[in-house]
Amino acid sequence: MRLRSKLVAAAACVMAIILPLGACSGSQSASRDDGKMIISYYASEPQNPLIPGDTNETGGGHVITMLYAGLVGYDKDGNPVNEVAKSITPQKDNTVFDIVLNDDWTFTDGTPVTAQSFTKAWSYTANATNAQMEASFFAPIKGYDKLQSGNEPSDEQLEGLKVISDYEFTVTLTAPSSTFPVMLGGNAFYPLPESFYADPDAYGSNPVGNGPYKFVSWTHNQDILVERNDSYHGAFPAKNDGIDFVIYTDIDTAYSDVQAGNLDLLDAIPSSSAVTFQYDPTVQAVNNPGSVIQTFTFPSDMPHFGNDEEGHLRRQAVSMAINRDTLCKKILGGTATPATDFLSPVTPGYSTSLQGADVLSYNPDKARELWDEANAINPWDNDTDVLKFSYNADNNAAKSLYEAVAHFISNNLGINATTNPIATFSEFRKEVTDRQLKTPFRTGWQPDYPAADNYLVQLYDSAAADGNGSNDGDYKNPDFDALMDKAAQASSVDEANKYYQQGEELLLKDLPAVPLYYANAAMVSAIGVNNVETNWMNMPVLQDVTKDVTKE
Amino acid sequence: MGKYIARRILQMIPVVIGTTLLIYALVFALPGDPVTAMFGEKPVNDAVREQIRQEYNLDKPFIVQYVLFLKNALTLNFGMTFSGRPVIDVIGEAFPVTIRLALMAFVFEGVFGIIFGIIAGLKKGTWGDSVILIVSLLLISVPTFVTGFVFQYLFGVKWGILPVTAGRNPGFLDLLMPACVLGSVSMAYIIRLTRTEVASNKTADYVRTARAKGMSNRAVTMRHILRNSLIPVVTYLGADLGSLMGGAMITERIFNIQGVGNTLWQAILRGEGTLVVSIVTLLVLVFVVCNLIVDLLYAVLDPRIRYA
Repeated sequence: MRLRSKLVAAAACVMAIILPLGACSGSQSASRDDGKMIISYYASEPQNPLIPGDTNETGGGHVITMLYAGLVGYDKDGNPVNEVAKSITPQKDNTVFDIVLNDDWTFTDGTPVTAQSFTKAWSYTANATNAQMEASFFAPIKGYDKLQSGNEPSDEQLEGLKVISDYEFTVTLTAPSSTFPVMLGGNAFYPLPESFYADPDAYGSNPVGNGPYKFVSWTHNQDILVERNDSYHGAFPAKNDGIDFVIYTDIDTAYSDVQAGNLDLLDAIPSSSAVTFQYDPTVQAVNNPGSVIQTFTFPSDMPHFGNDEEGHLRRQAVSMAINRDTLCKKILGGTATPATDFLSPVTPGYSTSLQGADVLSYNPDKARELWDEANAINPWDNDTDVLKFSYNADNNAAKSLYEAVAHFISNNLGINATTNPIATFSEFRKEVTDRQLKTPFRTGWQPDYPAADNYLVQLYDSAAADGNGSNDGDYKNPDFDALMDKAAQASSVDEANKYYQQGEELLLKDLPAVPLYYANAAMVSAIGVNNVETNWMNMPVLQDVTKDVTKE
Repeated sequence: MGKYIARRILQMIPVVIGTTLLIYALVFALPGDPVTAMFGEKPVNDAVREQIRQEYNLDKPFIVQYVLFLKNALTLNFGMTFSGRPVIDVIGEAFPVTIRLALMAFVFEGVFGIIFGIIAGLKKGTWGDSVILIVSLLLISVPTFVTGFVFQYLFGVKWGILPVTAGRNPGFLDLLMPACVLGSVSMAYIIRLTRTEVASNKTADYVRTARAKGMSNRAVTMRHILRNSLIPVVTYLGADLGSLMGGAMITERIFNIQGVGNTLWQAILRGEGTLVVSIVTLLVLVFVVCNLIVDLLYAVLDPRIRYA
């Protein structure tokens, strides 16, 4: 009895210790402002160290874009503006570029930004020994192939980069490219300071850049804080004092925080609020056409839908049987714009007057006609043939979207159409990469840099087929390839865009992929936040965002 | 007693090895290739792919991967995550938050569950009993994420009484709402369990005997009814502490708490075997230890149980 009551007392003590354990830490949800105008912005935990060449997802990518300045930067419409570069001069039909730098740029550790800051960083990223995620961006540069064995020393340099002086270097490409100077503003092309090479891992958790903001702290899974870099004197200076990238795992939660005023800016809309966010009085909404295009791609060896006359007719029929307006309004709640080409409305080179673009508008009668024409070539057996659409089921919107697409097709063409959901994105991509799918499958593209070739060459050129690029349907058309080559050799971006548009007109006939919609740049900000504008990447222009500090 | 505890601890070894092997096999069997997923819609150079696979031992056969993991785990070296951080650091950040959350939920469900259960059991059939029963039925039938979002909207967004999300270094107030949401379902079960036990013990022979001997009503309730009614409740609570820690996944996502559940969920999505197995191993240990404590508590509550 004695012993037992002691044990009961001990148990009570344990409870007594537990209770105040929570209490003693106290509430600490106050903002970090202390008088400064720090914009809190929705983010996800970076999946790699914060190294420009090793970051290929938005969690780290958004932070890196704020920390570095490249040779060029992009304004909000995607036009390149010189930053570190004083001049970029193409020579020999766009195969050699002479790059002269401004000599007054420094990293936040005080060291100057020189030609080597660029050439060493690019060679490091391109070298397979270093296993950097963004290596493929350097494929156009001469000597890239030699660095792909994985056995070269990690500091081996790209053959196509020649340093002429501290502030001048040349780049030699393997083939002409009129848009190469536009690419130079991408994350992979940022310079790195000498200190990086001594210990890349340490650098990745404490990066040193030359951009509008400087790195302050990274509390894993919680937030990444950057503050204005006062030594930055480029074209995109910060109008606020800093950005706090607050890490969330659930967009719904982030949305609630914007409603309550705890989070300033969220650049994605949870599907539960897609229909209501524009009328929600507790937030400010922005909804503009954006640069991400969603398509579904036909494998070239798919029966009945191959890259031949029958296949082209059937692809066109399928495309015209889909009512894109309804998809955007009813299923995506107005956060998407029906597709009218293979680029996006915010990409330089976008045109609304492409020949044959009517294949992307809803016309069930014409669709039926085309389908019957195809049946005359090679009949479709309604008892055994089924048209299935493959998508990754871990994406909320994809499920309702592809079910609707299948409904449109079975109703308007009178055939068996259904969906083929694949559980996760990684499983789905594996089947696509291994070319196991014999059905149309979901594809989407977010541009790496604002130029037409980033959409067209990467996705539909023969050179990108067979696993050498992102031409997942293995579409091959020599006429299209020739137009892409001509565009690459063009003397100006405007001239190049003419060829790209001719290329698009070919794509509209062959439909290697059927464009569905452009995902809008939709975002919400808390009341009191000002100047939220969207840019060509579907991101807010973070440097320009301000908020009423007095309100806090 | 000492011998009994030693035997129980020895029994933990096969349990831990068995569960880790099972979990490792499940993660290994996940379809898809984590390296391909890392690169999204971009092509991967084969040399790079091989290098990454080697770095994380993904190129080796399953059993070799598992043995390597076990060998390193014994020296507390759980390896690196895909983002290049030591797994032990990730766990070190996630566990304290979840432990705090789970203990708060535990205290919440224990205290309120038992109190309401006793009231309902002693006053069986009255209107108070009916109200408690209906509320507990409601809590059991509504899934946690509904309770979570409703509480978050009402208390956080609409009325602004409590913080909407927990954020960095969550304190007592930040975790109050998540803890109540997390503990609500178990609380309802405890209410029902306590109520049934109290109601049936109230009419037991030994209670009548005690009353006949002239014991005060208070003493009968405290010493006889309550103590005997609490045995199954303690079993339930003990087992529940483990599931509170592992099952906080939904609550942690809703309130943006960067704890074990959230970390585990993300690791599964990325196919990060080492992180998943490390976390699950620790959760298994928590479960096993909780069960041991429950068994020892039996002896305290029930004089008929003795451990040699």
